[in-house]
Amino acid sequence: MSQGLVTMSYIAATILFILSLSGLSHQETARRGNLYGMLGMAIAIVATIMSDAVNSYVVIILALLIGGAIGSQAAKMVEMTQMPELVAIMHSLVGMAAVLVGYANFIDPAATLTGVEKSIHEVEIYLGILIGAVTFSGSVIAFGKLSGRISGSPVLLPGRHWLNLGLLVASIWLCLQFLESAETGGGTWALILMTIIALAFGVHMVMAIGGADMPVVVSMLNSYSGWAAAATGFMLSNDLLIVTGALVGSSGAILSYIMCRAMNRHFLSVIAGGFGTESGGEAAVVEGEVSPIEPTETANLLLDARNIMIIPGYGMAVAQAQHTVNELTKLLRDKGKNVRFAIHPVAGRMPGHMNVLLAEAKVPYDIVYEMDEINDDFPNVDVSIVIGANDIVNPSALDDPNSPIAGMPVIECWKGGTTIVLKRSMASGYAGVGNPLFVMDNTRMLFGDANDSLQEVLKILKS
Amino acid sequence: MKIGIPKEIHPGEKRVAITPNVTEQLKKLGFSVSIEKGAGKDANFSDEEYQEAGAEIISDTKKLWSTTDLILKVRPPEKHPASGVEETELLPEKGNLISFIWPAQNKELMDTLAKKKATVLAMDCIPRISRAQKCDALSSMANIAGYRAVIEAAEHFGRFFTGQITAAGKIPPAKVLVIGAGVAGLAAIGTAKSLGAIVRAFDTRPEVKEQVESMDAEFLMLDFEEDGSGTGGYAKTMSKEFIEAEMALFARQAMDVDIIITTALIPGKPAPELITKGMVESMKPGSVIVDLAAEQGGNCKLTRADKVITKFGVTIIGYTDLPSRMAAQSSQLYGTNLRHLLAELCPEKNGEIVVNMDDEMIRGATVIKEGEITWPPPPPKLSAAPAPQAERPAAVEEKPEQKSLLPEPVKQFLPLAIVGALLYAVGSTAPPSFMSHFTVFVLACFIGYQVIWNVAPSLHTPLMSVTNAISGIIVIGALVQISSPGILITILSGLAILIASINIVGGFLVTRRMLEMFRK
Repeated sequence: MSQGLVTMSYIAATILFILSLSGLSHQETARRGNLYGMLGMAIAIVATIMSDAVNSYVVIILALLIGGAIGSQAAKMVEMTQMPELVAIMHSLVGMAAVLVGYANFIDPAATLTGVEKSIHEVEIYLGILIGAVTFSGSVIAFGKLSGRISGSPVLLPGRHWLNLGLLVASIWLCLQFLESAETGGGTWALILMTIIALAFGVHMVMAIGGADMPVVVSMLNSYSGWAAAATGFMLSNDLLIVTGALVGSSGAILSYIMCRAMNRHFLSVIAGGFGTESGGEAAVVEGEVSPIEPTETANLLLDARNIMIIPGYGMAVAQAQHTVNELTKLLRDKGKNVRFAIHPVAGRMPGHMNVLLAEAKVPYDIVYEMDEINDDFPNVDVSIVIGANDIVNPSALDDPNSPIAGMPVIECWKGGTTIVLKRSMASGYAGVGNPLFVMDNTRMLFGDANDSLQEVLKILKS
Repeated sequence: MKIGIPKEIHPGEKRVAITPNVTEQLKKLGFSVSIEKGAGKDANFSDEEYQEAGAEIISDTKKLWSTTDLILKVRPPEKHPASGVEETELLPEKGNLISFIWPAQNKELMDTLAKKKATVLAMDCIPRISRAQKCDALSSMANIAGYRAVIEAAEHFGRFFTGQITAAGKIPPAKVLVIGAGVAGLAAIGTAKSLGAIVRAFDTRPEVKEQVESMDAEFLMLDFEEDGSGTGGYAKTMSKEFIEAEMALFARQAMDVDIIITTALIPGKPAPELITKGMVESMKPGSVIVDLAAEQGGNCKLTRADKVITKFGVTIIGYTDLPSRMAAQSSQLYGTNLRHLLAELCPEKNGEIVVNMDDEMIRGATVIKEGEITWPPPPPKLSAAPAPQAERPAAVEEKPEQKSLLPEPVKQFLPLAIVGALLYAVGSTAPPSFMSHFTVFVLACFIGYQVIWNVAPSLHTPLMSVTNAISGIIVIGALVQISSPGILITILSGLAILIASINIVGGFLVTRRMLEMFRK
């Protein structure tokens, strides 16, 4: 295949990728968008393999087959509640691939650049490996935290900001060293040393971030994996990689921004880390008695209500309660109740996590609303059911300026009639913040595993 | 136990202690009810209605007092204006009485009743605790007084309350100032508001600001820090400086508003004088002042109790019987308050009352128990207003203000300047081949920015997994390298292809799986 045809295929792939992302703006077009993405990827890979420069077909096909088999297996096996972990580990693969491609390119003797072009090319290699390595180790740690293999609480080393600064200075210095020795054909040691530093930096960065900030971390790593691809594109002078990397990078960056805004936190302060542990001691003390409730009474409340709002949180994912929630929703809707869902942007551990879980349980998406759409409606709501959520329904975010989550927009369920909170115990949420909602007059606590409690309520409603 | 309802003898008093409806419910509690002939006439309840509800009608006043065990009244016992008979005389030895008493103002009455070994519960002494709200006759009456105050004002005010644009011209809405946002004040705010007026309110207790604003009225603030909350949800006397600031505010408002309704009372003290003669003079002719504190001396200097007077063209209404002017409504509420109190006094529902002095509410209401004066009661344990929050530990608040090293404009332009400098540096040294790639990169970032903002929030997870799959495009990088000579390159690239293809296939398939689930 000629270079012209390859380039033309790349353009087609680029357009398909853009169409793929814009297809995701509506549920109706989302599936088509995904198909465009697959098509674009297929065109890009086939065109590259067919191009004149490629001839190691055996290795390529073998690698593609093995990788594809692993990937499709993973996609089939994964539970919807484990999506955040899957996404995190996938990011690490992109980072890893970027590192490998960077090294391969570095030792490729075919490069025949000189002067400024050579220097720029070396900086590109250096940056590609750096971003790739940070993405890789950061994603691995994020995966560990999300799957519970590593404690979710932030690990804060003393003087961590100085440490980060030191690592940055070291990598800049190493870059200069690398450029100097690369003139004479060396530089491998500088590259390896930098890779180690970048890996350490990635680990350190994600370790310092608390579990509640995970949606930001996941989308940030998403962004990094894009930038890594873009840097590789520069390195290889490949526009397709640059465009795709830039698309993915800006997508992740916007998602991070949306998540930060939803928590009313500054991006830098999330990345600087340290939210969620030590604040536990200082949090405003919540005083008052909680009023527990039994499933029977809950069922009666639901039967008397006309407008019901369900507010899911990470606890629903943990208890795998989404199917029970759907059954409950169906039953109540058949009884003529207006059942709706209110989703906080950072509910769960990843952007849109709750939507996916509810979709998995076949909750119709036209009764699932965003916080901003629904918050003004709460005075008309008779019963709100909070399932395993805490910080996103914490009134002290609005009225207690000393609260660690002050200023974060929250779902104002307490403005409705009765709020039923499903909770395992009276432990505080991920942010370690006490929640005055639980002691409000119109709040009832239904203690126990969310799925078991809801099953019970369902049984009573059916009988 | 036999309950007796005498006709109220105070001149102009139209209320009656219970209504036919309440009579029925008292019978359910096991009481028998006797009522004086014509007692409910002024409140539009006929003797027949009472009879139907199961009450006995007694025409002889003396007989009514002497044959019943418990007297329910509205006003405190007093001398009959015509016959000169003292009601306290009529009350039998060791009799029981529930009515308004005002023990602080009526020392003599208290002593007389004590001598009779009577047991007296004062409806004005029901403590202000949440549990006792259903018995709180003061609030019921204040609510009616507030409503009626606006209606009286409307009668004497020559214009509409609501603003209108008519064919005959524009009518500005009336401006109403309510001073004191207690129960009466809030009722007045609500009534004036629903008539369409612009309503402003002032109170020394800052916690009522929210209540005032919840009624859609404007809360007037002083630039002065002092909390006017006394115990039991009532106001207290303020400092001199505060009062000066307050008076200046009223003087300004007096020139602007059309109607002033004052409800400022401090328990056990004469009403504070808030509207001076000068302020009345400064008001527009045709304005109205309704002084709900007239009985306690009035909030306005010129108020005369029970009279409507006009000074400087301003009508000043000093009625002290506003609840009585809505006798049917106030009798109904008062009767219901009484019924709730009796239900508390008679927990067995056997028609016998038990004055349980351990019950905080009954303890508060009981001013004389079997001849022994038990007023004033110990202070209520709980206040209607929340206690001021304890000082927080300083550690929480100590967030040292980070003094920025740079002035604001510099801070804003610094990032722009840095980006500009970087772009300049790159542009001046980079070769053309790099620049063309860089152009593509920047444009792609903008496309990404535009496209991603349109993604529905519910699709954020599919978006992440699809971008994840797409970022597997890095496989291209490995593909173009794999054929370069050198076994190491082949291994590295082969591995990269393998890893990236996991990503591509896994990402797209899981996205498809997720999207399959999104169904309407």
